[in-house]
Amino acid sequence: MSTPAFTLIGFGPEGWGKLLLLAAGLTLVAAVCSFALGSLLGAAGAALKLASSRSLRGIGTFYTTVFRGIPEILVVYLFYFGGSLALTRLMHLAGFPGFFSLPSFIIGVVAIGLVSGAYQTEAYRSAYLRLERGQIEAGKACGMSRFVLLWRVIAPQTLRFALPALGNIWQSVLKETALLSIIGLVELLRQSTIASGATRQPLLFYGVAALLYLVMGQITALGIRTVEKRLARCWGR
Amino acid sequence: MEPIQSATGALSASPVISATGLTKRYGALDVLRGVDLDAHEGEVISILGASGSGKSTFLRCLNLLEVPSGGTLNVLGEDVRFRMKGAERQIADARQVNRLRSQVGMVFQNFCLWSHRTVLQNVMEGPVHVQGRNRHEVREEAEKALDRVGLLNRADYYPSQLSGGQQQRAAIARAIVMRPRVLLFDEPTSALDPELVGEVLKVMQGLAAEGRTMLIVTHEMAFARDVSSRVVFLEKGTVRVQGAPQDLFKGGMDERFDRFVSHFSRQG
Repeated sequence: MSTPAFTLIGFGPEGWGKLLLLAAGLTLVAAVCSFALGSLLGAAGAALKLASSRSLRGIGTFYTTVFRGIPEILVVYLFYFGGSLALTRLMHLAGFPGFFSLPSFIIGVVAIGLVSGAYQTEAYRSAYLRLERGQIEAGKACGMSRFVLLWRVIAPQTLRFALPALGNIWQSVLKETALLSIIGLVELLRQSTIASGATRQPLLFYGVAALLYLVMGQITALGIRTVEKRLARCWGR
Repeated sequence: MEPIQSATGALSASPVISATGLTKRYGALDVLRGVDLDAHEGEVISILGASGSGKSTFLRCLNLLEVPSGGTLNVLGEDVRFRMKGAERQIADARQVNRLRSQVGMVFQNFCLWSHRTVLQNVMEGPVHVQGRNRHEVREEAEKALDRVGLLNRADYYPSQLSGGQQQRAAIARAIVMRPRVLLFDEPTSALDPELVGEVLKVMQGLAAEGRTMLIVTHEMAFARDVSSRVVFLEKGTVRVQGAPQDLFKGGMDERFDRFVSHFSRQG
Protein backbone atom coordinates (compact mmCIF):
# COMPACT_ATOMS: atom_id res chain seq x y z
CA MET A 1 0.00 0.00 0.00
CA SER A 2 3.03 2.20 0.16
CA THR A 3 2.83 5.29 -2.01
CA PRO A 4 5.94 5.95 -4.11
CA ALA A 5 8.33 8.51 -2.60
CA PHE A 6 8.07 10.66 -5.67
CA THR A 7 4.32 11.05 -5.14
CA LEU A 8 4.75 11.79 -1.43
CA ILE A 9 7.03 14.71 -1.97
CA GLY A 10 5.22 15.81 -5.11
CA PHE A 11 2.52 18.39 -5.54
CA GLY A 12 -0.45 16.05 -6.19
CA PRO A 13 -3.34 15.40 -3.74
CA GLU A 14 -1.21 12.91 -1.77
CA GLY A 15 1.96 14.99 -2.03
CA TRP A 16 3.50 17.13 0.71
CA GLY A 17 5.51 19.23 -1.71
CA LYS A 18 3.50 22.40 -1.46
CA LEU A 19 3.39 22.32 2.36
CA LEU A 20 7.11 21.64 2.55
CA LEU A 21 7.93 24.52 0.25
CA LEU A 22 5.67 26.86 2.21
CA ALA A 23 7.37 25.74 5.41
CA ALA A 24 10.77 26.31 3.83
CA GLY A 25 9.56 29.79 2.89
CA LEU A 26 8.60 30.43 6.50
CA THR A 27 12.03 29.22 7.60
CA LEU A 28 13.61 31.68 5.21
CA VAL A 29 11.41 34.55 6.37
CA ALA A 30 12.13 33.77 10.03
CA ALA A 31 15.85 33.60 9.28
CA VAL A 32 15.84 36.92 7.39
CA CYS A 33 13.90 38.65 10.17
CA SER A 34 16.15 37.19 12.89
CA PHE A 35 19.29 38.15 10.99
CA ALA A 36 18.01 41.67 10.33
CA LEU A 37 17.16 42.15 13.99
CA GLY A 38 20.57 40.73 14.84
CA SER A 39 22.23 43.26 12.52
CA LEU A 40 20.63 46.17 14.34
CA LEU A 41 21.52 44.68 17.71
CA GLY A 42 25.01 43.85 16.46
CA ALA A 43 25.62 47.41 15.29
CA ALA A 44 24.35 48.75 18.60
CA GLY A 45 26.36 46.16 20.53
CA ALA A 46 29.54 47.02 18.64
CA ALA A 47 28.97 50.72 19.30
CA LEU A 48 28.60 49.92 23.00
CA LYS A 49 31.70 47.76 23.13
CA LEU A 50 33.72 50.44 21.33
CA ALA A 51 32.42 53.28 23.49
CA SER A 52 34.84 55.26 25.60
CA SER A 53 32.59 55.03 28.64
CA ARG A 54 33.39 52.05 30.79
CA SER A 55 29.79 51.41 31.81
CA LEU A 56 28.60 51.35 28.20
CA ARG A 57 31.34 48.87 27.36
CA GLY A 58 30.17 46.83 30.33
CA ILE A 59 26.62 46.67 28.98
CA GLY A 60 27.93 45.51 25.61
CA THR A 61 30.11 42.83 27.15
CA PHE A 62 27.24 41.64 29.33
CA TYR A 63 25.03 41.26 26.27
CA THR A 64 27.52 39.28 24.21
CA THR A 65 28.59 37.13 27.15
CA VAL A 66 25.05 36.15 28.06
CA PHE A 67 23.70 35.45 24.60
CA ARG A 68 26.75 33.63 23.35
CA GLY A 69 27.00 31.65 26.56
CA ILE A 70 23.47 30.23 26.82
CA PRO A 71 22.37 27.43 24.48
CA GLU A 72 20.06 28.84 21.81
CA ILE A 73 17.34 26.38 22.67
CA LEU A 74 17.31 27.66 26.23
CA VAL A 75 17.03 31.25 25.05
CA VAL A 76 14.03 30.24 22.96
CA TYR A 77 12.41 28.49 25.95
CA LEU A 78 13.09 31.39 28.30
CA PHE A 79 11.56 33.88 25.90
CA TYR A 80 8.60 31.68 25.06
CA PHE A 81 7.63 30.82 28.62
CA GLY A 82 8.80 34.09 30.12
CA GLY A 83 6.95 36.08 27.48
CA SER A 84 3.77 34.08 27.83
CA LEU A 85 3.88 34.30 31.62
CA ALA A 86 4.32 38.06 31.48
CA LEU A 87 1.53 38.44 28.96
CA THR A 88 -0.83 36.24 31.00
CA ARG A 89 -0.12 38.27 34.13
CA LEU A 90 -0.70 41.47 32.23
CA MET A 91 -3.99 40.22 30.82
CA HIS A 92 -5.10 39.13 34.30
CA LEU A 93 -4.40 42.61 35.55
CA ALA A 94 -6.45 43.99 32.68
CA GLY A 95 -9.26 41.65 33.64
CA PHE A 96 -8.87 38.86 31.10
CA PRO A 97 -8.50 35.46 32.77
CA GLY A 98 -6.97 32.41 31.09
CA PHE A 99 -3.62 31.63 29.50
CA PHE A 100 -2.14 33.82 26.80
CA SER A 101 0.87 33.06 24.74
CA LEU A 102 2.81 35.29 22.40
CA PRO A 103 2.96 34.35 18.72
CA SER A 104 5.76 31.83 18.35
CA PHE A 105 7.05 33.52 15.20
CA ILE A 106 7.73 36.76 17.03
CA ILE A 107 9.19 35.02 20.09
CA GLY A 108 11.40 32.93 17.85
CA VAL A 109 12.64 35.86 15.79
CA VAL A 110 13.42 37.87 18.92
CA ALA A 111 15.27 34.97 20.57
CA ILE A 112 17.33 33.97 17.53
CA GLY A 113 17.85 37.65 16.68
CA LEU A 114 19.29 38.34 20.12
CA VAL A 115 21.70 35.42 19.88
CA SER A 116 22.71 36.34 16.34
CA GLY A 117 23.10 39.97 17.44
CA ALA A 118 25.64 38.91 20.03
CA TYR A 119 27.73 37.19 17.37
CA GLN A 120 27.27 40.07 14.93
CA THR A 121 28.48 42.45 17.64
CA GLU A 122 31.83 40.69 17.57
CA ALA A 123 31.88 40.65 13.76
CA TYR A 124 31.27 44.40 13.51
CA ARG A 125 33.59 45.23 16.36
CA SER A 126 36.59 43.40 14.97
CA ALA A 127 35.82 44.75 11.49
CA TYR A 128 35.79 48.30 12.84
CA LEU A 129 39.12 47.73 14.54
CA ARG A 130 40.63 46.76 11.18
CA LEU A 131 39.66 50.12 9.70
CA GLU A 132 42.67 52.31 8.97
CA ARG A 133 42.82 55.48 11.02
CA GLY A 134 43.64 57.55 7.96
CA GLN A 135 40.31 56.68 6.36
CA ILE A 136 38.50 58.34 9.23
CA GLU A 137 40.93 61.24 9.44
CA ALA A 138 40.48 61.98 5.75
CA GLY A 139 36.76 62.29 6.39
CA LYS A 140 37.25 64.55 9.39
CA ALA A 141 39.76 66.67 7.50
CA CYS A 142 37.24 67.53 4.78
CA GLY A 143 34.68 68.54 7.39
CA MET A 144 32.43 65.50 7.64
CA SER A 145 30.07 65.54 10.60
CA ARG A 146 29.98 62.45 12.79
CA PHE A 147 26.89 61.18 11.00
CA VAL A 148 28.25 61.67 7.48
CA LEU A 149 31.51 60.05 8.52
CA LEU A 150 29.67 57.06 9.96
CA TRP A 151 27.39 56.68 6.97
CA ARG A 152 29.81 57.38 4.13
CA VAL A 153 33.10 55.96 5.43
CA ILE A 154 32.87 53.88 8.59
CA ALA A 155 29.75 51.84 7.83
CA PRO A 156 30.66 50.70 4.30
CA GLN A 157 34.23 49.84 5.26
CA THR A 158 33.21 48.02 8.42
CA LEU A 159 30.57 46.10 6.50
CA ARG A 160 33.13 45.07 3.93
CA PHE A 161 35.48 43.69 6.57
CA ALA A 162 32.63 42.04 8.47
CA LEU A 163 31.13 40.32 5.44
CA PRO A 164 32.90 36.94 5.67
CA ALA A 165 31.96 36.60 9.35
CA LEU A 166 28.41 37.76 8.62
CA GLY A 167 28.12 35.03 5.98
CA ASN A 168 28.90 32.40 8.60
CA ILE A 169 26.48 33.93 11.07
CA TRP A 170 23.76 33.94 8.44
CA GLN A 171 24.28 30.24 7.81
CA SER A 172 23.91 29.42 11.47
CA VAL A 173 20.82 31.65 11.83
CA LEU A 174 19.22 29.75 8.97
CA LYS A 175 19.83 26.46 10.77
CA GLU A 176 18.86 27.77 14.20
CA THR A 177 15.37 28.60 12.99
CA ALA A 178 14.79 24.84 13.30
CA LEU A 179 14.56 25.50 17.04
CA LEU A 180 11.32 27.36 16.46
CA SER A 181 9.68 23.98 15.77
CA ILE A 182 9.75 23.30 19.52
CA ILE A 183 7.53 26.29 20.27
CA GLY A 184 4.97 25.29 17.68
CA LEU A 185 6.00 27.23 14.59
CA VAL A 186 5.36 25.07 11.53
CA GLU A 187 8.58 25.81 9.73
CA LEU A 188 10.55 23.36 7.64
CA LEU A 189 11.62 20.96 10.39
CA ARG A 190 8.20 20.90 12.06
CA GLN A 191 6.42 20.33 8.75
CA SER A 192 8.78 17.47 7.95
CA THR A 193 8.02 15.90 11.33
CA ILE A 194 4.30 16.16 10.66
CA ALA A 195 4.71 14.61 7.23
CA SER A 196 6.92 11.84 8.62
CA GLY A 197 4.32 11.00 11.22
CA ALA A 198 1.46 10.93 8.75
CA THR A 199 3.25 8.82 6.14
CA ARG A 200 5.66 6.85 8.38
CA GLN A 201 8.47 7.84 6.06
CA PRO A 202 10.76 9.85 8.37
CA LEU A 203 13.93 9.24 6.40
CA LEU A 204 12.36 10.52 3.20
CA PHE A 205 11.00 13.72 4.71
CA TYR A 206 13.93 14.52 6.93
CA GLY A 207 16.14 13.90 3.93
CA VAL A 208 14.11 16.33 1.86
CA ALA A 209 14.26 18.86 4.70
CA ALA A 210 18.04 18.50 4.89
CA LEU A 211 18.26 19.06 1.16
CA LEU A 212 16.09 22.17 1.33
CA TYR A 213 18.23 23.62 4.15
CA LEU A 214 21.34 22.96 2.06
CA VAL A 215 19.87 24.55 -1.05
CA MET A 216 18.74 27.66 0.82
CA GLY A 217 22.09 27.96 2.54
CA GLN A 218 24.12 27.49 -0.61
CA ILE A 219 22.13 29.92 -2.70
CA THR A 220 22.46 32.65 -0.09
CA ALA A 221 26.13 31.84 0.46
CA LEU A 222 26.68 32.24 -3.27
CA GLY A 223 25.04 35.65 -3.11
CA ILE A 224 27.28 36.73 -0.24
CA ARG A 225 30.39 35.48 -2.01
CA THR A 226 29.45 37.47 -5.12
CA VAL A 227 29.11 40.65 -3.11
CA GLU A 228 32.37 39.88 -1.33
CA LYS A 229 34.19 39.46 -4.63
CA ARG A 230 32.81 42.69 -6.01
CA LEU A 231 33.93 44.54 -2.91
CA ALA A 232 37.33 42.85 -2.85
CA ARG A 233 38.01 44.47 -6.21
CA CYS A 234 38.29 47.90 -4.60
CA TRP A 235 40.61 46.71 -1.85
CA GLY A 236 43.09 45.20 -4.21
CA ARG A 237 43.88 41.54 -4.40
CA MET B 1 43.83 98.34 10.52
CA GLU B 2 45.26 98.98 7.08
CA PRO B 3 45.49 95.98 4.82
CA ILE B 4 49.08 94.96 4.37
CA GLN B 5 50.79 93.91 1.19
CA SER B 6 52.13 90.38 1.60
CA ALA B 7 55.32 89.13 0.01
CA THR B 8 53.54 87.60 -2.97
CA GLY B 9 51.63 90.75 -3.71
CA ALA B 10 48.25 89.47 -2.58
CA LEU B 11 46.19 91.86 -0.53
CA SER B 12 45.39 90.49 2.89
CA ALA B 13 43.89 92.02 5.97
CA SER B 14 44.13 89.29 8.58
CA PRO B 15 46.03 86.01 8.45
CA VAL B 16 44.28 82.97 6.99
CA ILE B 17 45.59 80.94 9.89
CA SER B 18 47.04 82.37 13.06
CA ALA B 19 48.42 80.24 15.86
CA THR B 20 49.63 81.82 19.08
CA GLY B 21 51.52 79.96 21.77
CA LEU B 22 50.28 76.61 20.52
CA THR B 23 51.23 73.72 22.81
CA LYS B 24 50.57 70.01 22.64
CA ARG B 25 51.30 67.57 25.40
CA TYR B 26 50.90 63.80 25.36
CA GLY B 27 51.11 62.75 28.98
CA ALA B 28 54.55 63.80 30.10
CA LEU B 29 55.75 64.48 26.56
CA ASP B 30 55.74 68.11 25.37
CA VAL B 31 55.56 67.90 21.60
CA LEU B 32 54.78 71.56 21.00
CA ARG B 33 56.08 74.14 23.45
CA GLY B 34 54.44 77.30 22.19
CA VAL B 35 54.44 77.80 18.44
CA ASP B 36 53.46 81.15 16.92
CA LEU B 37 52.70 81.32 13.23
CA ASP B 38 50.65 83.61 10.99
CA ALA B 39 49.93 82.42 7.48
CA HIS B 40 48.73 85.15 5.13
CA GLU B 41 46.87 84.74 1.92
CA GLY B 42 49.07 83.65 -0.94
CA GLU B 43 51.93 82.52 1.26
CA VAL B 44 53.60 79.18 0.65
CA ILE B 45 55.15 78.16 3.93
CA SER B 46 57.48 75.20 4.21
CA ILE B 47 57.73 73.80 7.72
CA LEU B 48 61.02 72.00 8.24
CA GLY B 49 62.49 70.18 11.17
CA ALA B 50 64.01 66.92 12.29
CA SER B 51 61.68 64.06 13.12
CA GLY B 52 60.26 64.65 16.56
CA SER B 53 60.45 68.42 16.20
CA GLY B 54 56.65 68.56 16.27
CA LYS B 55 56.12 69.79 12.73
CA SER B 56 53.47 67.22 11.79
CA THR B 57 51.71 67.64 15.10
CA PHE B 58 51.67 71.38 14.55
CA LEU B 59 50.13 71.01 11.10
CA ARG B 60 47.52 68.57 12.44
CA CYS B 61 46.60 71.08 15.15
CA LEU B 62 45.72 73.63 12.47
CA ASN B 63 42.73 71.60 11.29
CA LEU B 64 42.08 70.13 14.72
CA LEU B 65 43.02 66.55 13.92
CA GLU B 66 44.99 67.13 17.10
CA VAL B 67 43.49 69.35 19.76
CA PRO B 68 46.15 71.74 21.02
CA SER B 69 46.67 71.58 24.78
CA GLY B 70 47.16 75.33 25.02
CA GLY B 71 47.40 78.53 23.03
CA THR B 72 44.94 80.13 20.64
CA LEU B 73 44.11 79.25 17.09
CA ASN B 74 42.38 81.50 14.62
CA VAL B 75 41.33 80.00 11.30
CA LEU B 76 39.83 82.13 8.54
CA GLY B 77 39.20 84.91 11.02
CA GLU B 78 37.41 82.71 13.55
CA ASP B 79 38.80 81.85 16.95
CA VAL B 80 38.48 78.10 17.41
CA ARG B 81 36.47 77.48 20.57
CA PHE B 82 37.68 74.98 23.12
CA ARG B 83 36.33 73.72 26.42
CA MET B 84 37.94 71.89 29.28
CA LYS B 85 36.95 68.38 30.23
CA GLY B 86 38.86 67.59 33.37
CA ALA B 87 42.45 68.47 32.60
CA GLU B 88 42.02 67.96 28.88
CA ARG B 89 41.08 70.55 26.29
CA GLN B 90 38.42 69.56 23.79
CA ILE B 91 36.73 71.03 20.77
CA ALA B 92 33.79 73.04 22.07
CA ASP B 93 31.83 73.45 18.86
CA ALA B 94 32.06 70.52 16.46
CA ARG B 95 30.02 72.40 13.86
CA GLN B 96 32.43 75.28 13.84
CA VAL B 97 35.36 72.91 13.41
CA ASN B 98 33.63 70.98 10.60
CA ARG B 99 32.82 74.24 8.83
CA LEU B 100 36.43 75.40 9.07
CA ARG B 101 37.81 72.02 8.03
CA SER B 102 35.73 72.10 4.87
CA GLN B 103 37.65 75.24 3.86
CA VAL B 104 41.06 73.92 4.85
CA GLY B 105 42.33 71.22 2.51
CA MET B 106 44.54 68.47 3.89
CA VAL B 107 46.90 66.14 2.05
CA PHE B 108 48.26 63.25 4.10
CA GLN B 109 51.54 61.41 4.01
CA ASN B 110 49.77 58.13 3.32
CA PHE B 111 47.28 59.64 0.83
CA CYS B 112 44.31 58.27 2.80
CA LEU B 113 42.04 57.98 -0.20
CA TRP B 114 38.87 56.13 0.74
CA SER B 115 39.57 52.63 -0.42
CA HIS B 116 35.94 51.73 -1.12
CA ARG B 117 35.41 54.57 -3.59
CA THR B 118 36.85 55.15 -7.04
CA VAL B 119 39.15 58.07 -7.70
CA LEU B 120 36.31 60.19 -9.08
CA GLN B 121 34.04 59.24 -6.18
CA ASN B 122 36.80 60.17 -3.75
CA VAL B 123 37.09 63.59 -5.33
CA MET B 124 33.31 64.14 -5.41
CA GLU B 125 32.64 62.95 -1.88
CA GLY B 126 33.40 66.15 0.01
CA PRO B 127 31.69 68.68 -2.28
CA VAL B 128 28.54 66.54 -2.52
CA HIS B 129 28.24 65.16 1.00
CA VAL B 130 29.87 67.88 3.06
CA GLN B 131 29.21 71.04 1.09
CA GLY B 132 25.93 69.81 -0.34
CA ARG B 133 26.74 71.02 -3.83
CA ASN B 134 24.97 69.87 -6.97
CA ARG B 135 26.28 66.50 -8.13
CA HIS B 136 26.42 67.32 -11.84
CA GLU B 137 28.22 70.57 -11.27
CA VAL B 138 30.65 68.85 -8.88
CA ARG B 139 31.30 66.09 -11.36
CA GLU B 140 32.46 68.57 -13.96
CA GLU B 141 34.70 70.31 -11.47
CA ALA B 142 36.05 67.00 -10.16
CA GLU B 143 36.95 65.91 -13.68
CA LYS B 144 38.68 69.22 -14.23
CA ALA B 145 40.65 68.74 -11.02
CA LEU B 146 41.63 65.22 -12.05
CA ASP B 147 42.65 66.44 -15.47
CA ARG B 148 44.82 69.02 -13.79
CA VAL B 149 46.73 66.42 -11.80
CA GLY B 150 46.89 64.21 -14.89
CA LEU B 151 44.55 61.48 -13.68
CA LEU B 152 41.41 61.91 -15.73
CA ASN B 153 42.08 58.56 -17.39
CA ARG B 154 42.19 56.92 -13.96
CA ALA B 155 38.88 58.39 -12.73
CA ASP B 156 37.16 55.01 -12.43
CA TYR B 157 40.06 53.17 -10.84
CA TYR B 158 40.13 52.24 -7.18
CA PRO B 159 42.99 53.65 -5.08
CA SER B 160 44.55 50.20 -4.69
CA GLN B 161 44.99 50.07 -8.47
CA LEU B 162 47.13 53.22 -8.52
CA SER B 163 50.78 53.94 -7.77
CA GLY B 164 51.64 56.00 -4.72
CA GLY B 165 52.31 59.07 -6.82
CA GLN B 166 48.99 58.72 -8.58
CA GLN B 167 47.20 58.25 -5.26
CA GLN B 168 48.79 61.38 -3.87
CA ARG B 169 47.86 63.38 -6.94
CA ALA B 170 44.28 62.13 -6.59
CA ALA B 171 44.37 63.20 -2.93
CA ILE B 172 45.46 66.67 -4.03
CA ALA B 173 42.55 66.79 -6.50
CA ARG B 174 40.25 65.72 -3.66
CA ALA B 175 41.52 68.62 -1.57
CA ILE B 176 41.33 71.38 -4.19
CA VAL B 177 37.85 70.47 -5.41
CA MET B 178 36.57 71.69 -2.05
CA ARG B 179 37.74 75.20 -3.08
CA PRO B 180 39.76 75.53 0.13
CA ARG B 181 41.11 78.85 1.35
CA VAL B 182 44.31 77.15 2.49
CA LEU B 183 45.98 73.80 1.81
CA LEU B 184 47.89 71.76 4.39
CA PHE B 185 50.39 69.15 3.24
CA ASP B 186 51.71 66.66 5.79
CA GLU B 187 54.92 65.20 4.33
CA PRO B 188 53.19 64.58 1.01
CA THR B 189 56.14 62.85 -0.63
CA SER B 190 57.65 60.96 2.30
CA ALA B 191 55.82 57.71 1.60
CA LEU B 192 56.66 57.71 -2.11
CA ASP B 193 59.29 55.84 -4.03
CA PRO B 194 61.97 58.34 -5.09
CA GLU B 195 61.04 58.21 -8.76
CA LEU B 196 57.45 59.20 -7.94
CA VAL B 197 58.28 62.25 -5.83
CA GLY B 198 58.75 64.56 -8.81
CA GLU B 199 55.26 64.19 -10.25
CA VAL B 200 53.69 65.18 -6.92
CA LEU B 201 56.02 68.12 -6.35
CA LYS B 202 55.25 69.35 -9.84
CA VAL B 203 51.53 69.46 -9.09
CA MET B 204 52.24 71.29 -5.82
CA GLN B 205 54.46 73.76 -7.59
CA GLY B 206 51.61 74.50 -9.99
CA LEU B 207 49.29 75.19 -7.08
CA ALA B 208 51.83 77.52 -5.50
CA ALA B 209 52.21 79.40 -8.78
CA GLU B 210 48.44 79.99 -8.74
CA GLY B 211 48.86 82.00 -5.58
CA ARG B 212 47.24 79.48 -3.28
CA THR B 213 47.92 79.63 0.43
CA MET B 214 49.84 76.51 1.41
CA LEU B 215 51.53 75.12 4.50
CA ILE B 216 53.80 72.21 3.77
CA VAL B 217 55.59 69.94 6.19
CA THR B 218 58.34 68.46 4.10
CA HIS B 219 61.84 67.06 3.86
CA GLU B 220 62.23 68.22 0.27
CA MET B 221 64.88 70.92 0.69
CA ALA B 222 64.95 71.91 -2.96
CA PHE B 223 61.21 72.39 -2.96
CA ALA B 224 61.33 74.44 0.24
CA ARG B 225 64.10 76.61 -1.19
CA ASP B 226 62.70 77.13 -4.68
CA VAL B 227 58.95 77.16 -4.25
CA SER B 228 58.07 78.48 -0.81
CA SER B 229 57.80 82.12 0.12
CA ARG B 230 58.72 81.44 3.73
CA VAL B 231 60.52 78.70 5.58
CA VAL B 232 59.79 77.90 9.21
CA PHE B 233 62.27 75.71 11.05
CA LEU B 234 60.95 73.90 14.09
CA GLU B 235 63.11 72.41 16.78
CA LYS B 236 61.93 70.69 19.93
CA GLY B 237 58.43 72.04 19.59
CA THR B 238 59.24 75.71 19.00
CA VAL B 239 60.05 77.88 16.02
CA ARG B 240 63.83 78.04 16.00
CA VAL B 241 64.13 80.35 13.01
CA GLN B 242 62.05 81.50 10.08
CA GLY B 243 62.46 83.68 7.05
CA ALA B 244 62.58 83.92 3.30
CA PRO B 245 64.20 80.82 1.77
CA GLN B 246 66.79 82.84 -0.12
CA ASP B 247 68.01 84.32 3.19
CA LEU B 248 67.88 81.12 5.19
CA PHE B 249 69.42 78.79 2.64
CA LYS B 250 72.26 81.23 2.02
CA GLY B 251 73.51 80.08 5.41
CA GLY B 252 74.83 81.92 8.41
CA MET B 253 71.44 82.91 9.76
CA ASP B 254 71.10 80.05 12.19
CA GLU B 255 73.71 77.47 12.96
CA ARG B 256 71.22 74.67 13.75
CA PHE B 257 69.32 75.28 10.54
CA ASP B 258 72.53 75.19 8.51
CA ARG B 259 73.51 71.90 10.10
CA PHE B 260 70.05 70.49 9.40
CA VAL B 261 70.25 71.48 5.74
CA SER B 262 73.79 70.23 5.26
CA HIS B 263 72.75 66.89 6.66
CA PHE B 264 70.15 66.65 3.90
CA SER B 265 72.41 67.72 1.09
CA ARG B 266 75.04 65.21 2.23
CA GLN B 267 72.41 62.52 2.02
CA GLY B 268 71.30 63.22 -1.39
